Amino acid sequence: MDAKKLNTILDKYRREPSALLAILQDIQDEENYLPKDTIRQVAGELGVPLARIYALSTFFSSFSLEPRGKHICTVCMGTACHVRGAPRLVEHIEREFDVPAGQTTPDMQLTLETVNCVGACALGPLVILDGEYHGNMNPAKLDRVFRPLKKKE
Amino acid sequence: MTARVQTAADLEAYRKKVQAKGDSQRKTISVCAGTGCCAFGAMKLAAAFEQALSERKLQDQIQLRLTGCHGFCERGPLVVFHPEGLLYQRVKPDDVSEILDETIAKGVIIERLLYQDAQGQTYQKEDEVPFYKNQMRVLLAHNGLIDPTSIDDYIAVGGYRPLARVLNEMKPEEVCTTIKKSGLRGRGGGGFPAGVKWESCRAAPSQDGIRYIICNADEGDPGAFMDRSLMEGNPHSVIEGMIIGAWAIAHPGRPEGYVYIRHEYPLAVERLGIALQQARDMGFLGKNILGSGLGFDITINRGGGAFVCGESTALMTSIEGFVGEPRAKHIHTVESGLYDKPTNLNNVETWANVPLIIERGVEWYTSIGTGDVSDNPWGGSKGTKIFALVGKVNNTGLVEVPMGATLRHIIYDIGGGIPGGKKFKAVQTGGPSGGCLPESLLDLPVDFDKLTEVGSMMGSGGMIVMDESTCMVDLARYFINFLADESCGKCVTCREGLRQLGIIVKRICAGEGREEDIQLLSDLSQTVAEASLCALGNTAPNPLLSTLKYFREEYEEHVKEKKCRAKVCKALITFTVIEENCTGCLLCKKKCPSQAISGEKKKVHSIDQGKCIQCGVCNDVCKFNAIRVE
Amino acid sequence: MTVKFKIQGRTYTGTQEESLLGAIRRYGYEVPSLCYHEAVSPYGACRLCLVEVQKGKRRKLTTSCNYPVLEGIEVFLDTEKVVRHRKMVFQLLLAVAPAAKKLRELAAEYGVTETPFVPEDEKNECILCGLCNRVCKEVVEADAISFAGRGTSKRMESPYDETAEACIGCGACVHVCPTDCIGMKEENNIRSILRWHRDLPMQICKKCNRPFAPTFQLNEFAKRVNLDRARFDNCPDCR
Repeated sequence: MDAKKLNTILDKYRREPSALLAILQDIQDEENYLPKDTIRQVAGELGVPLARIYALSTFFSSFSLEPRGKHICTVCMGTACHVRGAPRLVEHIEREFDVPAGQTTPDMQLTLETVNCVGACALGPLVILDGEYHGNMNPAKLDRVFRPLKKKE
Repeated sequence: MTARVQTAADLEAYRKKVQAKGDSQRKTISVCAGTGCCAFGAMKLAAAFEQALSERKLQDQIQLRLTGCHGFCERGPLVVFHPEGLLYQRVKPDDVSEILDETIAKGVIIERLLYQDAQGQTYQKEDEVPFYKNQMRVLLAHNGLIDPTSIDDYIAVGGYRPLARVLNEMKPEEVCTTIKKSGLRGRGGGGFPAGVKWESCRAAPSQDGIRYIICNADEGDPGAFMDRSLMEGNPHSVIEGMIIGAWAIAHPGRPEGYVYIRHEYPLAVERLGIALQQARDMGFLGKNILGSGLGFDITINRGGGAFVCGESTALMTSIEGFVGEPRAKHIHTVESGLYDKPTNLNNVETWANVPLIIERGVEWYTSIGTGDVSDNPWGGSKGTKIFALVGKVNNTGLVEVPMGATLRHIIYDIGGGIPGGKKFKAVQTGGPSGGCLPESLLDLPVDFDKLTEVGSMMGSGGMIVMDESTCMVDLARYFINFLADESCGKCVTCREGLRQLGIIVKRICAGEGREEDIQLLSDLSQTVAEASLCALGNTAPNPLLSTLKYFREEYEEHVKEKKCRAKVCKALITFTVIEENCTGCLLCKKKCPSQAISGEKKKVHSIDQGKCIQCGVCNDVCKFNAIRVE
Repeated sequence: MTVKFKIQGRTYTGTQEESLLGAIRRYGYEVPSLCYHEAVSPYGACRLCLVEVQKGKRRKLTTSCNYPVLEGIEVFLDTEKVVRHRKMVFQLLLAVAPAAKKLRELAAEYGVTETPFVPEDEKNECILCGLCNRVCKEVVEADAISFAGRGTSKRMESPYDETAEACIGCGACVHVCPTDCIGMKEENNIRSILRWHRDLPMQICKKCNRPFAPTFQLNEFAKRVNLDRARFDNCPDCR
């Protein structure tokens, strides 16, 4: 991340170490993940131990230390989605794209993630593709949702 | 900038102005813009209405309003027509022209857009639909009426009047007493009397006068989304509750407010942010609020995706910018919480109750619910509770009922029972800290104490209905894995205890369970519950223990007979072709991901058990009911 | 403030600021623990120092390391409940770190020699007690290491599991580790803290020609106390 962008983010939070979580979220929103170099810069700029930021960035599941794919697919694993078949959706996508949950395809097209409930339980099982919610999913409907991605391959 | 509203009289004058502007007889089309309806395309629908209205030059006669969640998410997108109260459900952009030309222009009802219940009866008006009729919507009352991005809408329905009354007419101590007498107990799960907490926080010494007022909006229980809907649908009610709290708990000191909200709720973050700015512009936040001398503002903190941060001490550590690990609460957070200052934390729904109690009075509030709280704030459960009714139930959505309503009333009268003619098996309440209750407890009145007595808990209000196709051992495994992943990992009983519980339940699901495993599960659960540091660990074994208590026979079947009656546990089920039904259509063969199906066109197929991975795709795609699962 | 409290029915005195475990030990009672050290703040990770505390009408099981000494409390050290849960905690710890010799010895003292649980890693010695982290942060003030991850994937490591650049090689973590799982060696005038991937050249004493501390550590100390770096050229014996 270039220094100007980073400074804008740091200044937005008045360079307060207590705002680290928000700072990391803003960096990830920009970069799609938390680049190691940027994290080092943040530590230096705020005078915060690198170990503390490393702990934060690995504790919260919304952060990724690895670059993520062009498309991000999130499968909700809340209880309502679970009883309506969410585990089978994850397995289906894992098979279709040959990517284990939590990882990115080698061509960097798709990252498959799971989340412990997004609070849209009435729509379960739910899959979010690039921010768009797709409710009441099953493997056949999933194939339709993913068709645009498959074509590009 | 100068605040527009500087006194209570200013507020009343302003209210009259906005009420006069909005003609209540003017036709309004309300489109639900809650997360559920949005996922079903509500925003496209709203755009279609907007365009169609302008094409017909109707935009001045008919107003289009995007509202918060109406609760009936199953049937989204929902559209309600005011003042008639007509409800259309599952409305698509293609329906818009017809609606304007028929319903709006001529008053003709479009039958196919009406709600129809499982018995085939249709309903025209929203308040006649059993899902709504059987509820008592006071917290959610305005969700479907007001535009959550408009503070004027909130003021028009009486918003911020309770705040003005409190600041002008009540001493802070009186407000604490009122909340205590109302019997309001924390909606986040613990059920601690809010008024008692407020009084303790007020009484705790603070040298510089700082007291933190926190709203816990880290609604992490899977299967619960009532707080999300309140923040998205009526954010000012939460903010107003917090300002009243700041007066009661900290005036004349220096209250500071935080809302800690999950990052998984982007729309709630956005709407709350808009509402906070509006409240500042109007003078409800900032210095000398309504001329009372109260100074207070609220900051939003976004969580980072960690269930444990819903625990109060972990949440506070996280606001300070550290990893959200809970600490022992031998010194209470009301005395030493955020930055070691007195801190009062309540959840979203609790805060939203506060203006209602002030507006309608203790007598009204205590007339709703169970028990008697006149001398003892623990003596009952008062007011209403919002539940997220989800899972295997016909009408999924948000349901608000008086405390003490029975599970049967909620699941059958409001929820419309179990879909697909299947049999009810269990209902899970209280999220990962709660338990699974069997059919024999359906007549249990739902309140804080009754749920705890039977081994579950209120939690934040998730209610997940399960039918005979849910395996209770698999469900216990789900919760254990959830918690093992979400545990902060600090203490060995929670971290390793849950990992070991997970290993044992996994082997039972895999058909490798040993006879002594059931006892080991029970012994280890006790240690996890009693010897862990925080509430996450203390309650973590509840889903497991409650399924062991009420569905022990399913565990025994898995262990002794290697059988999963719900046909969920893969190692214990097989897929075979029912020869007389198979038409040889090749579809399952084509879709099978492990090439386990052989057969030719128009000839009966067969499944190679050695290759089958029990994914169930063949059963999903078969149109002739020719796959047997056993 | 001095308060009176009871252990096993006998009355003792202590202060609210101290740890209950510390007070119990001061009066000669034995309670096992692995994650507690008087030099750093209590953490409550290993769950071995369980006791039952009666406070007013309420009696509860708690770890004593992070419990304050409060007026009027009664502490019970070896009730059936304490013994039963402590045994289970030992069994869990044996599954966490099967290779930790000191843990096995302590468990054996309390009669636990085997575990019904499945170890994840037979070679593991770390019980994730966090003492190394606390000593590094609170005493050494280097803050070079931290926990990473959470839940069952929690681990103790240097940032990115690469060289801990803030580590001054003082060895305090090695010294406090209750299961000896960090590792330090000195070879060819290089001190290595193995677990944190840190290799630091040693300062050779200008008088006696012996290596005595990592140069990086001496640089840091000189900076912190604002003294001339040259004053650290000699080993403490020759200074």
